[in-house]
Amino acid sequence: MTDPLALEPDGDGWRLKLFGDWSLAGLPRIEARLNSLPATLHGNLVCDWTEARAPEISPAWALLRRLAETVPPLNVTHVGNPPHFLDLLEKLHVERHAAYSQQPAPTLEKLVGKLGRWSVLQGVHARGVIVFLGRIATVVGQAFYRPRAWRISSLARHIYETGITAIPIVALIAFLISVIVAYLGAQQLSRFGADIFVVDLVTIATLREMGVLLTSVIVAGRSGSAFAAEIGVMQLNEETDALRAMGMNPIELLVVPRVLALVIALPLLTVIADAMGLAGGGLLSLINLHIPLPQFMARLRESLSPTTFWSGLVKAPVFAILIGMVGTYRGMQVRDSARELGRLTTVAVVQSIFMVILADALFAVLFVQINF
Amino acid sequence: MLDPNFNPAIRVRGLHNRFGAQIVHDGLDMEVQQHEIFGVVGGSGAGKSVLLRSILGLRHPNSGSVEIYGHDVESLAATDRSSLVQSYGVTFQNGALISSLTVAQNIQLPLREYYSLSEKTLDELADMNLLMVGLVPDDGAKFPSQLSGGMIKRAALARALALEPKLLFLDEPTSGLDPISASAFDELLLYLHSQLRLTVVMITHDLDTLFQTCDRVGVIVDGRMITDTLPGLLKNPNPWIQEYFHGPRARAAEMEAAKDTHG
Repeated sequence: MTDPLALEPDGDGWRLKLFGDWSLAGLPRIEARLNSLPATLHGNLVCDWTEARAPEISPAWALLRRLAETVPPLNVTHVGNPPHFLDLLEKLHVERHAAYSQQPAPTLEKLVGKLGRWSVLQGVHARGVIVFLGRIATVVGQAFYRPRAWRISSLARHIYETGITAIPIVALIAFLISVIVAYLGAQQLSRFGADIFVVDLVTIATLREMGVLLTSVIVAGRSGSAFAAEIGVMQLNEETDALRAMGMNPIELLVVPRVLALVIALPLLTVIADAMGLAGGGLLSLINLHIPLPQFMARLRESLSPTTFWSGLVKAPVFAILIGMVGTYRGMQVRDSARELGRLTTVAVVQSIFMVILADALFAVLFVQINF
Repeated sequence: MLDPNFNPAIRVRGLHNRFGAQIVHDGLDMEVQQHEIFGVVGGSGAGKSVLLRSILGLRHPNSGSVEIYGHDVESLAATDRSSLVQSYGVTFQNGALISSLTVAQNIQLPLREYYSLSEKTLDELADMNLLMVGLVPDDGAKFPSQLSGGMIKRAALARALALEPKLLFLDEPTSGLDPISASAFDELLLYLHSQLRLTVVMITHDLDTLFQTCDRVGVIVDGRMITDTLPGLLKNPNPWIQEYFHGPRARAAEMEAAKDTHG
């Protein structure tokens, strides 16, 4: 390996001889050697390109930049058939000096500024949510006078995509979870000879909580992300701006049909999840605990109060509104870049699942208080 | 190894491309010489972008061969393919800057991929490439969404130049620019072409750019390419070429070009 450069005294100045590979591929070695040049160089310097092989622009630029760093500035001349692009680089070098502005270093002031900006942004964000809610309410309110605003075809499409196509996965998961709960419950209860209470466990857990909660989490993962991504890409393509420019309201065209579709689809999915959950419990009771179906049904009727089923189902539309609004709101927030799209899609899913569980906790307290 | 002085730089032979029943290229031949600026024109849907994608190896042609510096693009081993890709720069129609990276990071992206350089040097090189295309170092800190159309085209060119290619592919480099920015881009291209001794293949619809910059032009008509110098093409009897080069827009561009060369 030849040393890419050699510095030697030359009269009252210096001679910098360049050797070997001066193409871009040689730059990693060249840059290390350039950094090891003494900082105290001054006076005249002759740069000898005779031995430099296949010189390219990037290493030459690195060389010029390094030679310009010394104070007081060196007086550089190039000899030995210097590459033709040096003139261009010298010109760029001058332009760079004229154009460059130093970035100020971060200070305490900046930190305080950041905190302040963050607080203001939180306020702006909160207002954004309220405005979004208001816009949706306005569209829904107006739609009662203007039936066209319901966008039936769009609504149907979204019911199909968020509801019908979700049936297999929702049914399967509800069934399996209920089997697991029944199986584990049976292990514990059989120790007390209380096998029959497995029926109570499965039915109450499924109808009150698991049916609706599982369905909501699945739908948040499937449709919440889809809403955010679809609307986000439309934002990036300026499609929403195009709609606005044509006098159409993106909230009416994009947001309301999606939220409304979920409000319709989620309760129906919940009913399916409930049914599959009970079926799973019944099947496990039959196979594992040898409780025949008629006995299971009789016990099921005894264990349920009239409100058990409804206390689960009534939560579904509320969860649907939360999931739909978080997904569409995050989609509408997408600006500028593909990374934002990914980030906000993730935020949409995480936040809608969080909101669903938070709301579920509030419902639990409320139902206990009013004895529902 | 690749020899960047191999002539012709690009040779396309008997290229066939079709989508279902629709035939785009029907035995297209094309040859690009060293150090020339080669313009590619053709009607919308004539297959200019498909041709570019075939040359770059982004699309597998139905038949025919593409050679860059004498190497068949299709039959290259992975390592040779990598050095071939590093030997040319490409700008896409809408810039195709990575939107989550700043302009400087976009320029440094290929450099980081292929060379281990210090941050300081990478910053220096980003500055150099920005200056070379007529941007200022401060633009490097901006994200693509903060740039104007003209700046995006220039930033894309800066990224294409980052690995110091000798061969440059430009897809509609002046589309969507105002005439002043477009002619500034033409000048930039001519300047870089002479300073860096580049070979340029340029798809363009901009007649001004065509007349100002191109040495030879290939016209895609009926799935084949007719290649000639501009004066030669102006005399070509093909009806589409006549229409293209003698329409009202073309006449204005011709007059402009004539004024520049004689005045």
